[in-house]
Amino acid sequence: MTTKTILEVRDLTARINGVPILKGMNLTINAGEVHAIMGPNGSGKSTFAKVLAGHPAYEVTGGQVLFKGADLFAMAAEERARAGVFLGFQYPIEVPGVTNSAFLRLAYNTVQGARGKDELDPLEFDDFVQDKLKLLEMDPAFLERSVNEGFSGGEKKRNEILQMAILEPALAILDEVDSGLDIDALRIVATGVTRLRTPDNAVLLVTHYQRLLNYIVPDFVHVMDEGRVLRTGGKDLALELESRGYDWVAKESAGVAA
Amino acid sequence: MSETLSNSYLDSLLHGQSSLPESPRGWLNALRSDALERANALSVPTTRDEEWRYTDLSPLYQKNFRRALPASPPAPAALASFTLPEAGCRLVFVDGHFTPELSSASSDPALGVAPFSAALAEQDPILQAHLARYVAPGQDAFVAVNTAWLQDGVLVRVLAGQAARAPVHVLCVSTQPDGASYPRLLLVAEAGAQCTVVEDFVALHAGETLTNCVTEIALSENARVRHVRVQRESLAAFHIGTCGVQIGRGAHYLSSAVALGARISRFNLNITQAGEGAESTLDGLALIGGKQLADTHSLLDHLQPHGRSRQLFKCVVDDAAHAVFNGKIFVHPGAQRTDSSQQSRSLLLSPRARVDTKPQLEIFADDVKCAHGAAVGQLEADQVFYLKSRGLDEAAARNLLTFAFAAEIVRRIPLPSLAGQLERIVLQQTQKQTSNRNRP
Repeated sequence: MTTKTILEVRDLTARINGVPILKGMNLTINAGEVHAIMGPNGSGKSTFAKVLAGHPAYEVTGGQVLFKGADLFAMAAEERARAGVFLGFQYPIEVPGVTNSAFLRLAYNTVQGARGKDELDPLEFDDFVQDKLKLLEMDPAFLERSVNEGFSGGEKKRNEILQMAILEPALAILDEVDSGLDIDALRIVATGVTRLRTPDNAVLLVTHYQRLLNYIVPDFVHVMDEGRVLRTGGKDLALELESRGYDWVAKESAGVAA
Repeated sequence: MSETLSNSYLDSLLHGQSSLPESPRGWLNALRSDALERANALSVPTTRDEEWRYTDLSPLYQKNFRRALPASPPAPAALASFTLPEAGCRLVFVDGHFTPELSSASSDPALGVAPFSAALAEQDPILQAHLARYVAPGQDAFVAVNTAWLQDGVLVRVLAGQAARAPVHVLCVSTQPDGASYPRLLLVAEAGAQCTVVEDFVALHAGETLTNCVTEIALSENARVRHVRVQRESLAAFHIGTCGVQIGRGAHYLSSAVALGARISRFNLNITQAGEGAESTLDGLALIGGKQLADTHSLLDHLQPHGRSRQLFKCVVDDAAHAVFNGKIFVHPGAQRTDSSQQSRSLLLSPRARVDTKPQLEIFADDVKCAHGAAVGQLEADQVFYLKSRGLDEAAARNLLTFAFAAEIVRRIPLPSLAGQLERIVLQQTQKQTSNRNRP
């Protein structure tokens, strides 16, 4: 059995408003894997997630990213989404006036159409989405509300994972999906993500806290600081970070560099 | 505009007024002649008047519109697209003249619907008690002219403690260009009465006209009136509308006012919360393009304690169009515990589009909660990116967001057929190619 590479990041550098944030990221993610990126505030974790999804505020200044072998930066943000890159937002955006059901169906049909698959009419889509709602223990009334408008923090995050469930990405990048969640909501979101795993897709978690990784167990944990990966380990690394903090990683890697 | 020009303009609007047939009711004749006197004493507004700073009516003053005479009514089929199946009765004004043959009577026992002529013939005391009480004849030159032409409007009375089974649809249709029309509506909701009324201003031509309409609405205590107003006149039309509302104790007035048509439109919405615990919920939308100008001036007077008001006004302005919103809120000294909020949001779709929005709060009571906010801008980049990250391309994302911005107001209209008609119009106007606009 050959391993399929989903994402390959080589020496990636990027900046915002002229300020360099990513300073040489390297990372490889294979199908079936869960990766977690941890690191202190300002280490570049969220920037990395947004750059991969094509956020217009960030400028890629060097390096290369291959998504399933293709040049990711040759694709517009919407083309990345259609190709199978999904970003779960740290702060999901409210879209007043657009019902969740209309938005989900539009996104689904756009992505399906681009993948050469059949689109669903509203009735068919409703059947399809009901199962996904159950996965996230969401009330069907969510479908009739405006996208994220007036949702609690936990509801917004569940809505992000609902979109992931519907769009079936090859790579789900979840940016602080655990922030603002109480323990019940965290369990629901994490269970949802875990159930969506297949041997063909991969998950990249960006998080501050080890807590999330009790629920979604990573194959690899990367510690980021100053815009690059300082250390990579297994799930035990997250526990070590939890007890020792981040400073020792920076010191050790400084020692290595010296 | 000089006084002489102003007077000659008003003379032209009033041409033929003196030959209106006398009413059998002396009070109506007195009302008319009083209004005529006031019209003669007033000048038409110019941009030198604070209330008209942003709205230049000089293109209107170059037209000598005379009052449109009754024309042969249009075939019912011509009005088919304006039909609202939910409505229980329809009252049609053709070029400002109430037209019974196109109207349908109401069989609803909660409603008394009568043209003024019938109410006058029966000496209905309601008409005299309420007419011209909520919009003062001397308020401005346009109201004075409308009142001077008062002949046959429509009186809708909702009986105490009863709820109308279905909405009342007032359709004001313009069939001939180059004339002026003066529709007039009076709605009296008695204590505890409930109803929905839709005023829809439409045109069967693309020519120039002037609509100068006055609507008065009185809510007795605990009444509830939903008022939907749609202005979709010809894109060459001039539309000056005034609506005066008095809200009694514990009564609730809900308004959705949508401006889509007319080259220059002005809507004055003057609300007096006259009873304790009176409430108003005001939605507004102007969706304009080309060289249109749409001006909404609202005035909300809180007179008594425990009043509440919620106002949301939105503009979507494309091309070289210009939207104006001025929202005045007065909280009088006796109106303690008033809870008032006003939001105005505008979306500019082109670099030449313009919005002038001005909240104006004057608070003379010390225990009140008043919030206001105004936002003018383009689509938010974060929203566009969010939709793109779900697979929508740039144009689809922008179109969806623009549609949604306007649809928020339209969707709250409680008649599905009208909301659907308007949603389709909003969709058409917001689904343009975005290649040449919106770009940073």
